[in-house]
Amino acid sequence: MAYPPAARSSPPRQPSVKVILASADVQRVVDRIAHQILEKTQGAAETVLLGIPTRGAPLARRLASRISTFEDVAVPVGVLDITLYRDDLRRHATRAIGPTELPAGGIDGKRVILVDDVLFSGRTVRAALDALNDVGRPASVQLAVLVDRGHRELPIRADYVGKNIPTSLAESVKVTLAETDGTDEVKLYGGTTS
Amino acid sequence: MIRHLLSGADLDADTATEILDTAAEMATVAGREIKKLPALRGRTVVNLFYEDSTRTRISFEAAAKRLSADVINFSAKGSSVTKGESLKDTALTLQAMGADAVVVRHPASGAPHRLANWVDGSVINAGDGTHEHPTQALLDAYTMRARLGRLAGLSVAVVGDVLHSRVARSNVLLLSTLGAKVTLVGPPTLIPVDIAAALAPGTDVSYDLDSVLPNVDVVMMLRVQRERMNDSYFPSAREYARRYGLDGPRMRRLPEHAIVMHPGPMNRGMEITPEVADSPRSTIVEQVTNGVSVRMAVLYLLLGGNNR
Repeated sequence: MAYPPAARSSPPRQPSVKVILASADVQRVVDRIAHQILEKTQGAAETVLLGIPTRGAPLARRLASRISTFEDVAVPVGVLDITLYRDDLRRHATRAIGPTELPAGGIDGKRVILVDDVLFSGRTVRAALDALNDVGRPASVQLAVLVDRGHRELPIRADYVGKNIPTSLAESVKVTLAETDGTDEVKLYGGTTS
Repeated sequence: MIRHLLSGADLDADTATEILDTAAEMATVAGREIKKLPALRGRTVVNLFYEDSTRTRISFEAAAKRLSADVINFSAKGSSVTKGESLKDTALTLQAMGADAVVVRHPASGAPHRLANWVDGSVINAGDGTHEHPTQALLDAYTMRARLGRLAGLSVAVVGDVLHSRVARSNVLLLSTLGAKVTLVGPPTLIPVDIAAALAPGTDVSYDLDSVLPNVDVVMMLRVQRERMNDSYFPSAREYARRYGLDGPRMRRLPEHAIVMHPGPMNRGMEITPEVADSPRSTIVEQVTNGVSVRMAVLYLLLGGNNR
């Protein structure tokens, strides 16, 4: 049934922006993940943190620095670029590839913790697992994310989650970090206000 | 991103820098245990070679295979070309077989440009006649940047048979785009009149190697292409080597940091002596290694995404 014409003249719907985590919250969440990693890995022994660009890389460095503050252990940190392993490469114009920097000790036989900002479909993590397979053979692989927004398309789950945010597919989650964007913040865009 | 790579002039400074940066990442793959990336899985690259070549064909083949593309090698010898098939008909055959990219080397200048109008896939010029060889220029630029840290402001001497050299033409075009200054050096018979102005304003020409050497960062020796010489361009090989060959004493006149390049294959004793070719200043072997990384970058940037 058609809406009456009057409904169309109501004010246009505004896309909403909601701050989920403010700067201090992001720091608390990173601190908690660092504690959880220490707890679950018996003091982060034989552990390597690998950040997935763009924002996973600074997150991994932050986690390592918090871990060394809490327990005085130096966790090797690296960056794992997954561009060439994506399953949607040929659906877009060619993507620029980023640097991959593995820690000097390598990853063979280590517990690798992949670090990313948002866990969504799980396809980025699948690509990261493939990339990892080509650069070494870790003893085990875990996943730490700042935000889990649901809607998985693959059987993948995170071992460390900063915050679970229930979302609809129409919404989008945007993480900004001081290192890449100037401020620490997690925002939820989209949906509509009535 | 561009669709074909036919000429050094196809690349603006940003695109060329993107290729060099991508090549630097591709180079890290060579140091890994598993030297393979899945980026071009399911794509087909045809190497269409109408001229003999060792390093360029193998380099393209290695680059395509490291990116997981399927490679079909086609050389004119032992093919339908000897039965009189035209370039166009060969191209249409390759098209029908589903080639996503055609890497072509041809003795006729301009053949890759014609080919680009006949096939749907990307065409990469791997050397056409005495015209251009853009991936060689890219790997030369990459090597200079890796050794000397920059390209802008570098002074590069390109020495020898400029007339027949596609390497020289592509290098002049690309290096001047990237801010380096090129001086073409050789006997007057082997440097076409007005070539400097025609290719890139700002390019110099000199007929005296010894006066150029003390002021350059890079000296690039070109092969004397006897197979393309129908006339006598210089009195004798010995006289050529005496005036334009790079030997030990000449090399010691270069600045401390300067490097010596050669696209290969070399005529040892003609344009370059073994002492120079095997010295630490020589980047000849590095150029071959870098060639694979640069060609991986070119293949990825042309074929990796949906650029149609």
